[in-house]
Amino acid sequence: MAKPCVGYLFSYEIFSKNHQSTYLRSEWEFISMADELLRLNGIYKSFAGVRALQGVDLTIERGKINCLVGENGCGKSTLIKIIAGVYKRDAGEIIINGKEYEDLHPIDAIREGIQVIYQDFSLFPNLTVAENIALNEELANGRRLVSWRNVNRIAKDALAKVEVDIPLKARVEEMSVANKQLIAIAKALRQNAQLIIMDEPTSALTEREVSTLFSVIRRLQKQHGIAFLFVSHKLNEVLEISEKMIVMRNGRVVSSGDRSEYDNARLIFEMTGRRITEKSYDFTPDLNQPPLLRVEGLSAEKVLNDIQFELRRGEIVGVTGLLGSGRTQLALALFGMLPTDNGRVYIDEEEVVITSPQDAIQHGIGYVPEDRLTEGLFLEQSISNNVVVRIIDRLRNSMGLLQTRQVKEQANYWVEALSIKTSDPELPVKTLSGGNQQRVVLAKWLASKPRLMILNGPTVGVDVGSKEELHEMIKHLAGEGMGILLISDDIPELLQTCNRILLMRRGHISEEILPKETNENELSAKLIEE
Amino acid sequence: MKRLLSRNETLVAITIIGLILLIGLNNPSFFSLGNIFTLLRTSVVTGILAMGVLIVIVSGGIDVSFTAIAVFGLYVAVKLMKAYMPDAPIWVGFVIASVVGLGLGLINAFFIAQFRLPTLIVTLGTLSMFQGFLLFAIGNEIIRAVPPSMKSFARAAIVRIPMTRGTANLHPAILITIAAIIVTWLLLNYTMLGRGIYALGGSREAAERAGFNVTRIQYFIYGFVGLLSGIAGMTFGSLARQANPQDIVGTELNVIAAVVLGGAQLTGGYGTVLGTVLGVILVVIANSSLILIGVPTVWQRVVIGLIILVGTGIPAIQARRKGKRTVGLADI
Ligand SMILES: Nc1ncnc2c1ncn2[C@@H]1O[C@H](COP(=O)(O)OP(=O)(O)OP(=O)(O)O)[C@@H](O)[C@H]1O
Ligand SMILES: [Mg+2]
Repeated sequence: MAKPCVGYLFSYEIFSKNHQSTYLRSEWEFISMADELLRLNGIYKSFAGVRALQGVDLTIERGKINCLVGENGCGKSTLIKIIAGVYKRDAGEIIINGKEYEDLHPIDAIREGIQVIYQDFSLFPNLTVAENIALNEELANGRRLVSWRNVNRIAKDALAKVEVDIPLKARVEEMSVANKQLIAIAKALRQNAQLIIMDEPTSALTEREVSTLFSVIRRLQKQHGIAFLFVSHKLNEVLEISEKMIVMRNGRVVSSGDRSEYDNARLIFEMTGRRITEKSYDFTPDLNQPPLLRVEGLSAEKVLNDIQFELRRGEIVGVTGLLGSGRTQLALALFGMLPTDNGRVYIDEEEVVITSPQDAIQHGIGYVPEDRLTEGLFLEQSISNNVVVRIIDRLRNSMGLLQTRQVKEQANYWVEALSIKTSDPELPVKTLSGGNQQRVVLAKWLASKPRLMILNGPTVGVDVGSKEELHEMIKHLAGEGMGILLISDDIPELLQTCNRILLMRRGHISEEILPKETNENELSAKLIEE
Repeated sequence: MKRLLSRNETLVAITIIGLILLIGLNNPSFFSLGNIFTLLRTSVVTGILAMGVLIVIVSGGIDVSFTAIAVFGLYVAVKLMKAYMPDAPIWVGFVIASVVGLGLGLINAFFIAQFRLPTLIVTLGTLSMFQGFLLFAIGNEIIRAVPPSMKSFARAAIVRIPMTRGTANLHPAILITIAAIIVTWLLLNYTMLGRGIYALGGSREAAERAGFNVTRIQYFIYGFVGLLSGIAGMTFGSLARQANPQDIVGTELNVIAAVVLGGAQLTGGYGTVLGTVLGVILVVIANSSLILIGVPTVWQRVVIGLIILVGTGIPAIQARRKGKRTVGLADI
């Protein structure tokens, strides 16, 4: 990798000193051509008036790990779809392996070794792991009959390259997200991938799974010279894995270069154009007031064990722990989605029995689940309809008719409050970028103004700039007297938003931590220690 | 072992054994060879039809027009044979019925594949369209005087075993069913086309991205169902020794029930030939033998409905227990 750089500097110097450097320049171009896998020049793309990409220039070299970062809605996913040939660009050049494509079809991109791993992985849940890996290849080879021996051989070989142990005969639907991802990578490898593109691959992974994924990526790069383009909102991950950074803002690449030139602060600055400093949430509850929520000895078979805590009005209580520590189960139990076999729950010192989400809602509890993309949005419906769906009763007049003006007001208020990036709240939710769709789910629950709000990973997939805005929003709601239970494994987030943090281990609250008395390193060490 | 127990096929097999024991212990004549051969003869048509329905359901679609196709094929074949070649051998009738079935199936495929219409809507429409066209344009009277080759086919037997009272005959039509089962099994498990059908049922989008030609697969599916239905119709007519344009139609749900009981899921992607065969056996036994243990005919449908509810409910509950949550937050 060092060679062309040297060549470049060298030739550039000569070029600028005497004007007879054509020989050297062409040599540089020759070298660069050989190393360049993909080049985009001035790519434009609009959707019905929304300018998603406005002149993107980008090069990707062979065998390098690239990270693409940028705020929600800046055009990352759109760019990926253009590279994959799924969307047609409005203008610009695409050059892959030295060949310019006037009209790039998905099949061309695949032939050139570009493999995109979509968020849904394009796997078949009903088929076995082996078949999922081998199917595309069998198809591409024009086979008509299935040789199961061949299928197993292909799959075994591919998984061996990834160096993971996944049962070939299991159905993909039984696999964890992390395994599905590895299966998708194995599948891509069998199709001669030169460049593997992943759009937010880590948003549903645990820390351990992320580190497995990263070691797989590094190994594939080293042993097979495969390049990666990796989109993520988790800047610490980006800084860990990438060799080259690409930062987008408003449909353009605003900054790109070697990893060494970037740190957290610079990335944030390039992405948002401003510097972000968050203040922590200082709150001392009034102990004379009765607690809003009191949980006593809550247990559920195998997953929750004697949970005990209180939450007062205006408090933001963080719940953290590794995956499987019971943090999500606690939320599900409080929201009536997980049967409990012991324990009492009091709201305003009155005992309540919650066995279904309806009960929970009745008692003023709201829950924003972890996998918001699959749960809770009507993708074909407008943004405003989605925002008001939980408060529809309140927006009816005495005749039972919906008051359009108030619906509009509500929708506009939340679109503004959560900075949902759209040109019109009447557009369907599916036209929003991933991170903006998540904000709609949040808006929907926040609009219903529950007394107690349980947020599970509220900022997964949300960019840093907006994260801060969301945190301010949460603090503001708490300031108005809402009680908030914030489940998260994002340590800076916990430290900056919560006034108390409950650490869970094996279904039990093992420790209560005050953000003032700890720091990031200490808390993350505590999180992973068994 | 645990895997085997949790498989749907095992569950159905256990139910069948239970039912057989229950009926047989109350009425030993159930186990007579004659009764078994009769049961086999009864399952012939349902068996053929079920293979077609299985393929459609695996692909994530549903076809309710296959009974209309079956009777259409039968009626046209008998009418043509009577009019132009009364002495033709039976296979001519089968060829005509299959070709007619194939053609009607392709009409379904055309609407489904070209216009991307929901399969239930299309086949509900064609069900009444085919039936109506048959009654008004081709004929509405029952043809009892079927060609002689059909009459002799009805009396044919591959096995004749003398019993104390008469003989127990095994009808050769069972071979057609067995052939349909083997072909479907090979198709689904050993051809790329078959895997494409599973892939389509698992995720249409992923199937397209993988490079399957979904349109072509759909043409095949509905054409194949049509063809099998034509054959089933002709078989039915030959066994009944008549061509009644009102027959078969109305039994769709029986066949679909057999397939669903066998483990196929209406959401697509799941279902096996073995399961479907077991499902057919279960439905046929329930339909024709519950009466032997004193369940009145009118209650049979209720019992079958119960079996379906329990049979499809248990796996669903098991799946939920395993933690695959099926409740979405969207519906609260
Ligand atoms: N199909 C579409 N129709 C209309 N607008 C669209 C469509 N797809 C994307 N957009 C718009 O294009 C812009 C870029 O969206 P894109 O999905 O590329 O963002 P992103 O960078 O991936 O964001 P995120 O980090 O939230 O996933 C957004 O303003 C989005 O609303
Ligand atoms: Mg995106």
